[in-house]
Amino acid sequence: MQPFAFARATDADAAIQWAAGASTAQQGAEVRFVAGGTTLIDLMKLDVERPHQVVDINHLPLAEVESTPEGGLKIGALVRNADLAHHPAVQRDYAVLSQALLAGASGQLRNMATTGGNLLQRTRCVYFRDTGMPCNKREPGSGCAAIEGYNRNLAILGTSQHCIATNPSDMNVALTALEATVVIRGAHGERRVPIGEFFLLPGDTPHQETVMMPGDLITHVILPPPRQGARSHYLKLRDRASYEFALASAAVVLAVEGGKVAHARVALGGVGTRPWRSPEAERVLQGRPATPATFAIAAKAALHDARPQSQNGFKIDLAQRCLAHALATAAA
Amino acid sequence: MPADASVIPLSPVGRPTARVDGPLKVSGAARYSSDFHFPGMLYAVPVGARVAHGTIASIDTATAAAMPGVRKIYTRENIGRFYRVSKSSGAMIDENRPPFEDDRIYYYGQYVALVVADTFEQATAAAHRVAVSYADRQAPDVDGRLSGSEPQKVDTQRGDAAAAFAGAPVKIDETYVTPTETHNPIELHASVALWDGTRFTLYETSQAVMNQRASLAQMLGVPVENVQVITEFLGSGFGGKLWVWPHSLLAAAAARDLGLPVKLVVTRPMMFHNVGHRPRTQQRIRLGATREGKLVSLQHDYLFHRARIGDYKENCGEATGFLYSTPNLRAAWAPALRDIPVATAMRGPGAVPGLFALESAMDELALALKMDPVQLRLLNEPGIDESENIPFSSRHLKECLTTGAERFGWARRNPAIGAMREGDHILGWGVAACTWIAERFPAEVSVMFNSDGSVRVASGTQDIGTGTYTVIAQMASQLTGVDLSRIRVVLGDTHLPPGPISGGSMVTGSMVPAMAQAIEQATEHLLAAASEDHAHFGGTAAAQLAFTQGFVHRRDQPPGSGHRFEDVLASARVGHVEGRGKSEGTFGSKAKKAYSTHSYGAHFVEVAWQPQIARLRVSRVVSVIDAGKIINPLTGRNQIEGAIAMGVGMALFEETHYDPRNGMAANGNLADYVMTTHADAPTMDVVFLDYPDTKLNQMGARGIGEIGLAGFAAATASAVHHATGIRVRELPIRIEDLLASKVA
Repeated sequence: MQPFAFARATDADAAIQWAAGASTAQQGAEVRFVAGGTTLIDLMKLDVERPHQVVDINHLPLAEVESTPEGGLKIGALVRNADLAHHPAVQRDYAVLSQALLAGASGQLRNMATTGGNLLQRTRCVYFRDTGMPCNKREPGSGCAAIEGYNRNLAILGTSQHCIATNPSDMNVALTALEATVVIRGAHGERRVPIGEFFLLPGDTPHQETVMMPGDLITHVILPPPRQGARSHYLKLRDRASYEFALASAAVVLAVEGGKVAHARVALGGVGTRPWRSPEAERVLQGRPATPATFAIAAKAALHDARPQSQNGFKIDLAQRCLAHALATAAA
Repeated sequence: MPADASVIPLSPVGRPTARVDGPLKVSGAARYSSDFHFPGMLYAVPVGARVAHGTIASIDTATAAAMPGVRKIYTRENIGRFYRVSKSSGAMIDENRPPFEDDRIYYYGQYVALVVADTFEQATAAAHRVAVSYADRQAPDVDGRLSGSEPQKVDTQRGDAAAAFAGAPVKIDETYVTPTETHNPIELHASVALWDGTRFTLYETSQAVMNQRASLAQMLGVPVENVQVITEFLGSGFGGKLWVWPHSLLAAAAARDLGLPVKLVVTRPMMFHNVGHRPRTQQRIRLGATREGKLVSLQHDYLFHRARIGDYKENCGEATGFLYSTPNLRAAWAPALRDIPVATAMRGPGAVPGLFALESAMDELALALKMDPVQLRLLNEPGIDESENIPFSSRHLKECLTTGAERFGWARRNPAIGAMREGDHILGWGVAACTWIAERFPAEVSVMFNSDGSVRVASGTQDIGTGTYTVIAQMASQLTGVDLSRIRVVLGDTHLPPGPISGGSMVTGSMVPAMAQAIEQATEHLLAAASEDHAHFGGTAAAQLAFTQGFVHRRDQPPGSGHRFEDVLASARVGHVEGRGKSEGTFGSKAKKAYSTHSYGAHFVEVAWQPQIARLRVSRVVSVIDAGKIINPLTGRNQIEGAIAMGVGMALFEETHYDPRNGMAANGNLADYVMTTHADAPTMDVVFLDYPDTKLNQMGARGIGEIGLAGFAAATASAVHHATGIRVRELPIRIEDLLASKVA
């Protein structure tokens, strides 16, 4: 960990002002906000993150979960994962989110990790985390060590020849299926970004992971009103039963009317370079009978464009089973 | 099993007893080695090589040296002189090359520099800024496909195994692989080193303080009496903390040079490179049998990877020679040299990977014979140890198998693949036998009867988290008749009489004879003091006195008629009396043994397989263990349950991956090196047969630290085959291995 200055923000404007002078809000940012610290401090210890200034935002008034006038939910960026998972409105109307949160990390980490922080969770690719190895995400242009290395856990969707790192979050997969909106305040005011546009594909700029600009502060996540009659489910597959990142996961929101799929939202985790929305699977599902056969076709469609690496070809089969089973569970 | 096993015995030995050091541990009062702090203490952080094969061209320390708090940066230029351990000294070590000895790099992570600073954070930050450049850099050889680097050596052989195999009507010829596994005790290795100008005081994380002292004294070039090694508590070791590793020397050298206490705590990634691992093995098993299932030939040819600078042998043939009856047998081995870190013993070394291979092959033989795997093992039970031609001291493997089968419900097993269902789960049932060494190390102990009413038992052995403090207190209570609450056990300090290493599951058994002798001698001194003129029994000859239940009394009268021993000591105006005990070891002895002494057991494992989502869990385990007299069923069960949890990890999760480009353990952290969590723990039923093995020691106690891991992965792999139809011969059994299962 490199020496850094530490300050506590008393209001959002002060925090934004501190960070606005940085050259980037992506990898290499000179100023970082810290909330739960579960990703940032870890990466600082590894010398992967070397901010000059760390701004503690834990005292900002962003820890509430409120109902929106439209019937949705407005979640403060500082709401802890554990609190969000156990919030009655989340459990009642957005089960997939509660399940995803509880499938992630450990009890101790969920008590610390926040909604805003989890949106910005960094990849667990071992080469990103090791400063002795090349990594285009950490050091643009240095190369990708993972493509010919230990890549069993890495992505098969949305990869490029420059990066195959997986987005490791469970929460983000659920938020993607729920079509959440990220509320960002920055140096030039507030803007609302649909979650589908929040995360960037690696392409040839894998160090650019999100639309966050210098000074940007995530203040809230807004969930649209729950769709009437829909059921949701999160299924996570991994080697052991707890405390491990997904090899494949699926978040689904499904409404079945008269035996046919009336509404479907599908997102995959553990297999994509970003939380992976699958419009292909949704198109297959829409209007078809809610049967195992349909779910199998949808699962195949979701993985149609998968590009396996040397060690993770099994994820195609595994992710298909995961999605088909999640859909069947939501439909049951 | 003895009929009265469910009755809780009244004597301290055999009574389920909570750890005597439990309150210290749960209150944080127990001091582990890295908990020691001293005024002016500095923090040392090593810098590891980023290549696995090459030489150091230069080390630029200028930037790091100028960083805040940095006191000194050491390299080969200024660390001073270290020496190697002389093999003839008897001291044990696996990485005998001292740190910084030359500029060659033999493995990734090898220490090349050491930063010492005022705080751990400052030292860590500066360590990242030490710039090392390398010459002659080559891609390391970390290939997992092994072939012998030197001619085979034979462990044991009898008859003509090759000819008998060729003529056998039923044959199995398969190769089994176990991966590199890394010890991951939660307590990181650590050294806190103090130098007073003459003497070292070293707070070490050691499973063997006496050996640690012997090795470090030689390597630091000081007389052994000028080194004190202390390990009051150990947060487990699994064998990784048996011998000296380079960080201990670095901490000691920095403390001597700077004249200040120095603390060095190894990081988790360093745990994967600098303090040993269980090496990868590749084992070919050939079994030949009659159609009735009698073994006629057993061949075990095994390879294991070996570091360029190590000579550790993974003794996979440990149990091969005596586990089953067969007239023809051969076990032989060779190492495969690789550019990897140095290996060392890990829980059940040799037998654990060895029995994965042998017991998996036995299951495959049972399938080939269409015979029940329990029956196959019962049929091949030997009458004597056929490798040594000596009787067994106490072997009840058949009872382990039959008792386990009964408790598990084995009779209900439908042997067809995927035939047993429970809801949407398919159940698989597997069985394997296990065995482990039962021997003694040399041990010395001091026992003091104190005038404050306490009994002090002291020995330079260790409690590595397994319950040694408690078990020694129980045995001392049994042998003295003094209540457990008055027994004080002192361990983990080289100033104490030399005690055994905490390795090979031998501490408990080794301590028994020495303790009995010390207590006998202390009792003699007590009775002599009692019969002095001014004492309570003045005028009565010591020979007419006895010491029972804490009372000194006349032999012809009941204990209650006498006086408590502390009152007797007070009447004699004696502060304490001390007895010393010393017993020889049996392990490694050249003398011809009269008996084959081993522990035995059987694991019955149920897995639950959900084919729709390729999810496999170990759901239920019955383990029956024949490990002699169980001193403490509570800590004993805890050892077996812990081994089962570790066995689940060995079977399904654990594997250290070396990156072929730089030799780094790519998954060297607790997120990517997957181990068992509580959520993975199966329902466990642990049974001890509890037959005392008095050929080993007076109490009949054998060790239980390692046997629970042996055989477990084979039972699991066989259960997985039963559920899925997939036979996995290379551990761990991964999701991707099972996707091809036809069972739906």
